[in-house]
Amino acid sequence: MTRAFLIFMGAFAAILMSFTALALVPSLQLAAIEPTPGTTNYTFEERLGKQVYMREGCIYCHTQQVRPNGFGSDMDRGWGPRGSLPGDYVYDDTHQLGTMRTGPDLHDIASRQPSRDWQLAHLYQPRSVSPGSVMPAYPYLFEVKNEAEVRASEVTVPISGDYAPPEGQVVVATDEALALYEYLMTLEMQEVDDS
Amino acid sequence: MADSSSSGTVSMPESSASSDGTLEANWRRTVDRSTKWPVIAFIASGTFWLLVGSVLAIIASLKFNMPDWLVQQGWLTFGRVRPAHLNTVIYGWISMTGVGVATWLWARLLKTRLRGQGLLLTSVGLWNVGMVIGTIGILAGYSRAIEWVEMPLLAFAFIVPAMAMVTAAFLLTLRERRVHHLFISVWYTGAAMLWGPFLVIAILLPIYSGVPESTANWWYAHNILGLWITPIALAAAYYLIPKVIGRPVYSYHLSYLGFWTLALFYNWAGAHHLVGGPVPQWTTTVSIVFSMMMIIPVVVVAVNHHLTVVGHFKKVIYSPTLRFVVFGAMSYTAVSLQGSFQSLRAWQEITHFTQYTIAHSHLGVYAFATMILFGATYYIMPRVMEWEWESPRLVSIHFWTTGLGIGIYITALFIGGVIQGLQLLDPDVAFLQIVEDLKPWFWVRSVGGTLMTIGHFVFAYLLYRIIMRQGAPQTGPTYFRPAPEDMFRSRNTESAPALDEQPGL
Repeated sequence: MTRAFLIFMGAFAAILMSFTALALVPSLQLAAIEPTPGTTNYTFEERLGKQVYMREGCIYCHTQQVRPNGFGSDMDRGWGPRGSLPGDYVYDDTHQLGTMRTGPDLHDIASRQPSRDWQLAHLYQPRSVSPGSVMPAYPYLFEVKNEAEVRASEVTVPISGDYAPPEGQVVVATDEALALYEYLMTLEMQEVDDS
Repeated sequence: MADSSSSGTVSMPESSASSDGTLEANWRRTVDRSTKWPVIAFIASGTFWLLVGSVLAIIASLKFNMPDWLVQQGWLTFGRVRPAHLNTVIYGWISMTGVGVATWLWARLLKTRLRGQGLLLTSVGLWNVGMVIGTIGILAGYSRAIEWVEMPLLAFAFIVPAMAMVTAAFLLTLRERRVHHLFISVWYTGAAMLWGPFLVIAILLPIYSGVPESTANWWYAHNILGLWITPIALAAAYYLIPKVIGRPVYSYHLSYLGFWTLALFYNWAGAHHLVGGPVPQWTTTVSIVFSMMMIIPVVVVAVNHHLTVVGHFKKVIYSPTLRFVVFGAMSYTAVSLQGSFQSLRAWQEITHFTQYTIAHSHLGVYAFATMILFGATYYIMPRVMEWEWESPRLVSIHFWTTGLGIGIYITALFIGGVIQGLQLLDPDVAFLQIVEDLKPWFWVRSVGGTLMTIGHFVFAYLLYRIIMRQGAPQTGPTYFRPAPEDMFRSRNTESAPALDEQPGL
């Protein structure tokens, strides 16, 4: 009994130590961290947009963490004015840092591509604005309807070329697509004073 | 008859030197039979989820080649299919089949009838319900979007109790053990049964957010591989390699060293997934140090297995179990050494955020753990079914499709990933150019994945046939080709010194 007990308690103690260090201590260490300039809590619509981002699994191809100068070339690529900081994420109940860059980093996408027309067109059909992209299209976040039926409050998405809707029809963004756009526009980094 | 012994924790009376093969064979059969239904239920369920996960994988993979395929509805979009694939293979295939294999090993090595069969069978039921909810949940848009924990909480409400029931059944059996000394596979398996449920409960606690959530996330994800999947696969390898070739593990001392170093080092390594990220610097530094220290347990296990096999290597020509398990054990060495070095900042700078990481994780979960589980299934099922595999030819097809498939898969993504990483470092290379240059490697990956999937269906067919006791009965164990007379002991007598009978254990 004692030997088995010792082996398994030892094994359990080992995992408790790393759990404390890597899962609990960072929470304490960063508990009092201040949001970085420009980082504000999500509005209702932005939060809905983040839900769409999470639901559709954007994280599997897009990171939200800019590497600092001296490690990689993120800043040279224009992906952000600085490396990402813990204060950028204080309102993220679910982090979306990501581990894969099949697509580009999005932590500063709002600075890089603020155009709503571009973003919505890109979600409706990525290859209509980024030829060669392997990003999935999200037609189910849009409706294609007759021009005459579009209400004034609705947002139409200009699509030209191969992916344009049939004559007399237009692409209309759903509330989810608009919320997702609003969420993407929260992803904006500002410079901070070096402290 | 194992129960009729009143010797308590003393070893079963038949010693390694005993020539009384019949007594020993009868005793083993009793223990094997006690594990029958839980083992069948877990392995069959796991294999079902392997098929589901493989189909999801093929869909996800082809979407890189055909991004406008299956996009009209949300439930088959890439960002849902991919986590559905990961969760079905990790929590369905590897975990359930791993529990099935561990259950059989546990009873065998403790030399006692399995206890808690009811708990285990209830566990299979709950676990499958959880997997159905989780898989459909992700596809329906209820992903939690936390990597490796995507299934909705409702799914875990079934899976966590299911895991706890497995642990309870293992403890009940442990209490009735009839061995003095615990073979190293018992250490690994027993520890995994504590680590696994603890990990899942720990990551589900509603206490994380922001950057600290990311360190907890990768502490968890890396440990599901390192402290749940790995120890079960190593336990199987430690038992099966010596068992099949018929000689004891080279060094018990080395095996203990390997266990404790793994237990102490592996669980610190996960935050290397965040090197260069916005996390406290010390967390990634600690993880890099411990990742490098993982070289010790890995080399210890590799040396120990190598010195056990040395001189008997040609037996992989004949034994399906040995061939799959040796493939897996060698992959363990490869993936772990690679993992240690790629945690270094200079290496991470290139390969992190690229397809290389996907190749690395498949080298671990597939080439190592999955191949060992295949090998273990080939060994265990004939013993619990008392029926042989239908066709050595199909087993061979299974081996070559999966072996070549994973080889093609990881080669493609290693090369493609390194190219991607180097191009990402050069700001003069346009991003869409990088995507363009990845496309050929995505095609090669789809080919490798298709081969693997074909192998999985062959394996599932063989499993179905042996569970139904169909196919022509064979007289002896299944070998790829007729084995020389005295190369393997017949599995009915097994009178050579078997490792779990070693007096000094």
